[in-house]
Amino acid sequence: MMMIFGIPAPLLFGQLLLGLINGAFYAMLSLGLAVIFGMLNIINFAHGALFMMGAFVAWILLDQLGIGYFPSLILAPLIVGAFGVILERTIISRLYKLDHLYGLLLTFGLSLVIEGLFRNAYGSSGLPYRIPDILQGATNLGFMYMPIYRGWVVVAALVVCLSTWAIIEKTSLGATLRAATENAPLVQAFGVNVPRLITLTYGAGVALAAFAGVLAAPIYSVNPNMGTNFINTVFAVVVIGGMGSILGSIVTGFGLGVIEGLTKVFYPQASATVVFVVMVIILLARPRGLFGKAA
Amino acid sequence: MSLTRRTLLTTAAALPAVARAQSAPVLKIGCLTDMSGPYKDLAGPGAVAALNLALEEYGVSGKGMKVEVLSADHLNKPDVGATVARQWFDRDGVDVIVEVANSGVALAVAGIAKEKNKVYLNTGAATSDLTGSACNANTIHWVYDTYMLAKSTGGAMVKTGGDSWFFITADYAFGKALQRDTTDFVTGAGGKVMGSVAYPFPGTSDFSSYLIQAQASGAKVLGMANAGADTINTIKQAKEFGIKMRLAGLLLFLTDIHSLGLDVAQGIVLTDSFYWDMNDRARAFSNRFSPKAGGARPTMVQAGVYSSILHYLKAASAMGVDKVKLDGAATIAQMKKMPTDDDCFGPGSIRADGRKLHPAYLWEVKKPSESKGPWDYYKALATTPADQAFRPLDKGGCPIVKS
Repeated sequence: MMMIFGIPAPLLFGQLLLGLINGAFYAMLSLGLAVIFGMLNIINFAHGALFMMGAFVAWILLDQLGIGYFPSLILAPLIVGAFGVILERTIISRLYKLDHLYGLLLTFGLSLVIEGLFRNAYGSSGLPYRIPDILQGATNLGFMYMPIYRGWVVVAALVVCLSTWAIIEKTSLGATLRAATENAPLVQAFGVNVPRLITLTYGAGVALAAFAGVLAAPIYSVNPNMGTNFINTVFAVVVIGGMGSILGSIVTGFGLGVIEGLTKVFYPQASATVVFVVMVIILLARPRGLFGKAA
Repeated sequence: MSLTRRTLLTTAAALPAVARAQSAPVLKIGCLTDMSGPYKDLAGPGAVAALNLALEEYGVSGKGMKVEVLSADHLNKPDVGATVARQWFDRDGVDVIVEVANSGVALAVAGIAKEKNKVYLNTGAATSDLTGSACNANTIHWVYDTYMLAKSTGGAMVKTGGDSWFFITADYAFGKALQRDTTDFVTGAGGKVMGSVAYPFPGTSDFSSYLIQAQASGAKVLGMANAGADTINTIKQAKEFGIKMRLAGLLLFLTDIHSLGLDVAQGIVLTDSFYWDMNDRARAFSNRFSPKAGGARPTMVQAGVYSSILHYLKAASAMGVDKVKLDGAATIAQMKKMPTDDDCFGPGSIRADGRKLHPAYLWEVKKPSESKGPWDYYKALATTPADQAFRPLDKGGCPIVKS
């Protein structure tokens, strides 16, 4: 058997693939964060809680109304996105004139409240969510046994990430958005309703988190703590990619997933810390992150 | 501080209260547990409910005892748990701490209980070190431990041909103790351990990478040296990735099976020292417990809180509350002298090293077709009698036994 660094090659390929799957979640979550930070200048700490809400809404839709996985993939982001719009209008919009720190504290508090409410209602063991029948099963790739559902996650994540990037960078709506971040009063003078644009951007960022939550529901147990497990890594991804950089968060998300996957083979104990070691190194070398623009 | 009229007045107002407190001392019981993390459902609010049930059924008010209950969340962090324990003992005058699901926190609290000469009744933590190298005269380990789990589940697996193992281990005191004790049984019975991974705890939810490594090792049995939500994720993902190994749930609770669903969990073999449906007394207890816990059936940890507090109250009645409050070690000595008996664990006893003795039961999770409804999950496979279920007294290296 071929060996690479003392590890059998098939095992190593398997880990790379698994890293890519986890990276898909990092990419989707950090993308939403980057969009929100880029447009609103809010460090949205509630992102993990909203990701968790996406998974729970999918579970509730199935349990209470019998609505299956694929409709949930559309409905849950819409519902959670609407919740995000309400949050932004009623609470978060009051902080735009203040320092970043206030937004961070507020959204951190919101995430504790949301998670606490779900924990009280549903406990912490988690709820089962079945993989839809059409995505059941697995294929043998030769070097590993690949569940079809995980493959679907990577594809769905890539499609969503690239379309978000295209909308922001290549369409006139995206151009207006980017202009509004640069100079809001001027864009407003052209007759664009900037506050509404900002609200909808927040809603869209939240919907991305909820979409990732629905994708995660069949893999992990639907659990009030599921967002907390991700959110620290995801923040590191955003910082490494360059705050607010869309492409940066996508590339870094997948990249860090792979690095983490490899750490799980060579020294599993460090798999939770390796992301932050990378972050320190990158910030020392490039303080604005990999894709950050110079001020 | 200068003496003002206000402080004088408040001091005067406080005096009668102090006098009253001296005439009828209040027993203070602190339930320190996981209220928000992976072990919330198997201990958490249900543990507090079990504690209150014990107080109610013992009839503390009818016996003229005054009892106050406090509860707190240790967040699975030993430093947080230790701080709460110190505050409770030093500032709030707590006499006994019960529960503490998490071996890391439990070891910290045991040390503090000894230092302050208070009582510590552990029900949720697993590490057998609590009655081994870390044992002391102020601690009783009530429900189960890693040795018991390893002997019952590990022993049964090896007997039925599972002689090569790979461990997925939570990287802290509990996981390490469980892997160590199970390894002893596997190698002792002629089996071998092909490898292991220790993953960061808490905060890991993806086990696929470790499962692939386990599969690649060629071992027959996957030993899951973890608990709660982590075990649930490991089992789910093992199924997803088509892992062909036999799964040994070294520590599984009723609430874990409830969360997994019988579809996924069927056929898993596990060890618990209490199951709500195992006999008439357990069922009776369970029927009294459920309405107070939102309809959930009790786990062995919650049953342990009920059982240990009931026994503590009996000891307090025998000694007098004054003496109980004064000397934790003497209270524990009194508890060890008296035989235990309650609806959950039946008749039992407490050994010199602080090990509560009762039988260990090996269960198999039912198929969906065998289950009559929610919470009807286990069928009995084997029983290890109380005198054989735990590590022999002379093998633990407990310092208070030698002296």
